[in-house]
Amino acid sequence: MNPDQESRVAQHVRSLPRSGIRDFFAIVAQMPDAISLGVGEPDFVTPWHIREATIFALEKGRTSYTDNRGLGELRGEISLHVEKNYGVGYNPEDEILVTVGVSEALDLALRAILDPGDKVLYHQPCYVSYHPGVVLAHGVPIGVPTSALNDFAIDPDALEAAWEPGCKVLMLNFPTNPTGGIANREVLERIARFANEKDLIVLSDEIYSELTYEGSHTSIASLPGMKERTIFLHGFSKAFAMTGYRIGYACGPSGLIEAMMKVHQYSMMCASILSQDAAVEALRNGGESVARMKEQYHRRRDFIIRRFNEIGLKCHSPGGAFYAFPDISSTGLDENEFAHRLLNEQKVALVPGTAFGENGRGFVRASFATAYEKLVEAADRIEGFVNSL
Amino acid sequence: MSRVLQLLLEGERLSTEQMGDVLGISIEEVSQELDRLKSEKILLGWRPILNPENAEQGLVRAVIEVKISPEREGGFDRQAMRISRFDEVDSCQLMSGGFDLLVIVKGKTLHQVAAFVSERLATIGGVLSTATHFMLRSYKEQGHILVDGDAEDVRPAVSP
Repeated sequence: MNPDQESRVAQHVRSLPRSGIRDFFAIVAQMPDAISLGVGEPDFVTPWHIREATIFALEKGRTSYTDNRGLGELRGEISLHVEKNYGVGYNPEDEILVTVGVSEALDLALRAILDPGDKVLYHQPCYVSYHPGVVLAHGVPIGVPTSALNDFAIDPDALEAAWEPGCKVLMLNFPTNPTGGIANREVLERIARFANEKDLIVLSDEIYSELTYEGSHTSIASLPGMKERTIFLHGFSKAFAMTGYRIGYACGPSGLIEAMMKVHQYSMMCASILSQDAAVEALRNGGESVARMKEQYHRRRDFIIRRFNEIGLKCHSPGGAFYAFPDISSTGLDENEFAHRLLNEQKVALVPGTAFGENGRGFVRASFATAYEKLVEAADRIEGFVNSL
Repeated sequence: MSRVLQLLLEGERLSTEQMGDVLGISIEEVSQELDRLKSEKILLGWRPILNPENAEQGLVRAVIEVKISPEREGGFDRQAMRISRFDEVDSCQLMSGGFDLLVIVKGKTLHQVAAFVSERLATIGGVLSTATHFMLRSYKEQGHILVDGDAEDVRPAVSP
């Protein structure tokens, strides 16, 4: 950038690195015949009944703003859905806010809660927005490493070790993008005790929760005493394959939701009414579609994890989400060399683990939200590449 | 449901070897399972799904509603079987409602189909009446949408 202009950019924005994903994307985009396992969204198109409901909404002329909080009808459905599936009851009147994806909800929560300099604990490797999101809200991110040794579940001891005075928020994302790590009830109970002891607000991003393959998903918000200090974040992108609709929601104590609502109403105003209508249809009638897609992801997971291990790239079995996160250190390459050479030599795109934080060193992320034919072919090509080293 | 069958139904074009690969079983196990499905008449056969608009040029298809009088002891089965055995008949089903059998017939020309209906089908003992509807255009064949209009995959090749 022109140095003149760069000096005009706010300090905290200037300090953010460019996303590693964006750089890599630019290279993959030049290679139309590459098989990409780098896509962070479902390969299914939104189920037809949901798309059809969107068309109907448009036909009816539903093109206005909505209540800042979101349509009352949708908040009602969200309340029922969360109570039924996560065991926490939220009042649609003042404890639920409909947002433009979980991304906006997360941003709102951080902006509503953090004073400059407040510290935020988050586990890492993690979704690319967590660290920058905290910085943009003038907070200080504190990464807590997770490890392949326990399948990237969070280690409560590591959390306690990372804590320092000034920590106000703990961000959780289980199942985790990019590792597929999950946190079982016992671990969550320990984290809940820790959050209580340190008086932390928990932001729990549970966007992948429907895609849990091992055991059942537990929300930390459902544990005793946690509803009062947890903001539960969820949306429609992953389970319902509705990424492009940009629709999500936050549930939490009314005081915090009201604060988020304030930021939301002055910045976003409301989520698109068409997406909200689609979300109502998804919650009312989408259960079967979700189950069908989950079943397919499950089988693809079993296949690709087995293949990675056969190829000699040690890979834990992700408990949720749709990403494999194999350890490529045995090849002697680092994750960037591995991804770039694999792309150039065998035309398969993976994302280097460090795009998700320092702790992704030695790993790559491979999305198995990919058709079998491509997955089978990609695995063969990766095998060819590894054998050629 | 059998995992092999489920994989087939998902419409993926995988070889026996690839199916074994995906399911984590040997080629022999996949073949055995396919044999079992066939011998138990769960899987009836393999047939390509063609787009009649493009592939079967000139092929005429007709849906025929057939009313028949059921027979004592045999019901509709004997007549349905007699109709089904004709090569021209692609499928034949017993229906509830205003008629008894739904018969789909394929022929090279309109004339050929018409001749089949009037000379063969309508003259079978017990057939009371037929109503023939010629198919004009197909929009979906066995799960496959035929008319273009679906967007291309616009997902970014790499995304967070």
